[in-house]
Amino acid sequence: MPVITYRDALNQAIREEMQRDDRVFLMGEEVAVYQGAYKVSKGLLQEFGEMRVVDTPITELGFAGVGVGAAMVGLRPVIEFMTWNFALLAIDQVVNAAAKMLYMSGGQYNIPIVFRGPNGAALQLSGQHSQAWESWLAHIPGLKVVAPGTPYDAKGLLKSAIRDDNPVIMLEGEMLYNTKGEVPNDDEVLIPIGKAELKREGSHASIITHGKMILVALQAADQLAKEGINVDVVDLRTLRPIDIDAIVSTVRKTNRAVVLEEGWEISGIGAQVVDYIQRECFDDLDAPVVRVHQADVPMPYAKNLERAAKPDAAKTIAAVKKVMYME
Amino acid sequence: MAKKKQDSPNNQTEDTGVRRELLRSMLLQRRFEERCAEAYALGKIGGFCHLYIGQEACGTGAISVLRPDDYVITTYRDHGQALARGMSPRGVMAELFGRIDGVSRGKGGSMHLFDRNVNFLGGHGIVGGHVPLAAGVGFAIKYRGGDQVCLCFMGESVVNTGAFHEALNMAALWKLPVVFIIENNRYGMGTALERASSIHDIYTRAASYDMPRGVVDGQDVMVVRAAVQEAIDRARGESLPTLLEVRTYRFMGHSMSDAVSGTYRTKEELEEHIKRDPIIVLRTQLQQEGELTDDEFAKMDEELKAIVQDAWDFADQSPEPPAEALFEDVLVDTTSDTPAEAAVAAD
Repeated sequence: MPVITYRDALNQAIREEMQRDDRVFLMGEEVAVYQGAYKVSKGLLQEFGEMRVVDTPITELGFAGVGVGAAMVGLRPVIEFMTWNFALLAIDQVVNAAAKMLYMSGGQYNIPIVFRGPNGAALQLSGQHSQAWESWLAHIPGLKVVAPGTPYDAKGLLKSAIRDDNPVIMLEGEMLYNTKGEVPNDDEVLIPIGKAELKREGSHASIITHGKMILVALQAADQLAKEGINVDVVDLRTLRPIDIDAIVSTVRKTNRAVVLEEGWEISGIGAQVVDYIQRECFDDLDAPVVRVHQADVPMPYAKNLERAAKPDAAKTIAAVKKVMYME
Repeated sequence: MAKKKQDSPNNQTEDTGVRRELLRSMLLQRRFEERCAEAYALGKIGGFCHLYIGQEACGTGAISVLRPDDYVITTYRDHGQALARGMSPRGVMAELFGRIDGVSRGKGGSMHLFDRNVNFLGGHGIVGGHVPLAAGVGFAIKYRGGDQVCLCFMGESVVNTGAFHEALNMAALWKLPVVFIIENNRYGMGTALERASSIHDIYTRAASYDMPRGVVDGQDVMVVRAAVQEAIDRARGESLPTLLEVRTYRFMGHSMSDAVSGTYRTKEELEEHIKRDPIIVLRTQLQQEGELTDDEFAKMDEELKAIVQDAWDFADQSPEPPAEALFEDVLVDTTSDTPAEAAVAAD
């Protein structure tokens, strides 16, 4: 199987879906002439032309709304936010227009749109460019939210998102674009939205996570294995609808859970996962669930402080040991 | 176009039949909304309810020049435009009553009337939020190489939002077939235009985007009709947007919950504007030309009152949405691969 980057996996997904369906178009800042701020859209302008690969002004609220309007009358937009941090300016269109149109119209107007872009922190970008927004977005009925952590999942979930008749939020990661993995060169790579995947199997404890943090979890799992501790690593992949069965099944197996996420603690995705666990696995738990997340501060710039703020393998390992009463 | 002065209030070439239809449409809206106010007082209509009374010529004149395959998108003050576009009084009233036979199946209410059958893309509740959607509809028309037009209504307070400017810039930059119609009723809720906007000639905002623009009297339906026709020709023929300011006045409060006058505007001001009731303006024109008698008007009025009574009765008898409707239409379970028949069935 070919090994390609996460970036190229996204590029393949968009290219294949644009070849397959002429209603699909890509719109956003720097997606066309510049070839994408992160080169995800490399070559697409040349292949599909400027009507289907559209550079916008810096006008997030505006072009997010253009996407929703176009979707109302039958097109299938892929709207790229240069980062989800900038999408805050457009959140009215995501929440009040895309997510609610079907319901408010009594089922008349569904919105087949994908809003995608990098989410969370990269390196030393400080406060305004280093935020993980998934708990905000997953809060909203009427949206689907996916957060792939591997190239394969990125391709398969983006293709499913583009074919979905609902608004789908896709959370990528600047630190993921260069990561590599096996991806079939097959235009029917479709990963169902709403299905988690067991990325690694163990029996002592479970790490439940998603998106970029899957890399941290696997790194932690490798180190724990050297100490004889084998963990399940559950990659949620989709945050709305969340795969409750996968959560329940791993916790029933290991009886100990760590929930790892990139974002802040309060009302985070982890809080929701813990709620499912206490509801469904109350009698299965051998220890309180421990959460790993960003420190409850805006992201600092200084390298040492940034490192201290972010969740990492060491913090995850400590959490696993805590649920195993080893520390 | 340059600033457009109202020169011929009455285009001689327009036939009497058209004017009678416009009068009928405006009078239907008026009688319908008078009953809305009554239903609101009785608790049959809840939530926010923004009446269009006084502004009927704007939507009626503008929508009258559309083709069936054109699109309309608007704000939360949407009852009049919905009826002008041909939506059923029964379906609209049932929606206001929160019933299953409502146009939005009781999920939208007064502010969110939608009807796919007549390309009515909704009433929208966030001031400015729907203006980019209109640009998106224009984008889709152009993408497909179609010659439809999207008509986007808004109040004058929208021009101070970012969404308005972002949408106008893209519509002008990309030459999208959208006609933006600002119904300037002088007040954004209780704040006078002069207290909210540094520029009082609203239509001149379009100059920032080198967009064709104009201003007309919004109380004369024939004047509105002619101006919108010109803008639509430009959109259809040259794929160019227009910003048209239509000067009007709201005879009621902002919504059902505020006083008609006394706080932000005087009774005298209101009474002065009511003299130019758009229905009276057109009725007087027709009568002066001998094209409408008092008896004919009274007969039309009786017919329309009966239609509105029928809508009320229909809405009153329509069931509330069933409990299972609560969780319906949050998402569709189709994809682009779903066969068309199955997608329709899933509706």
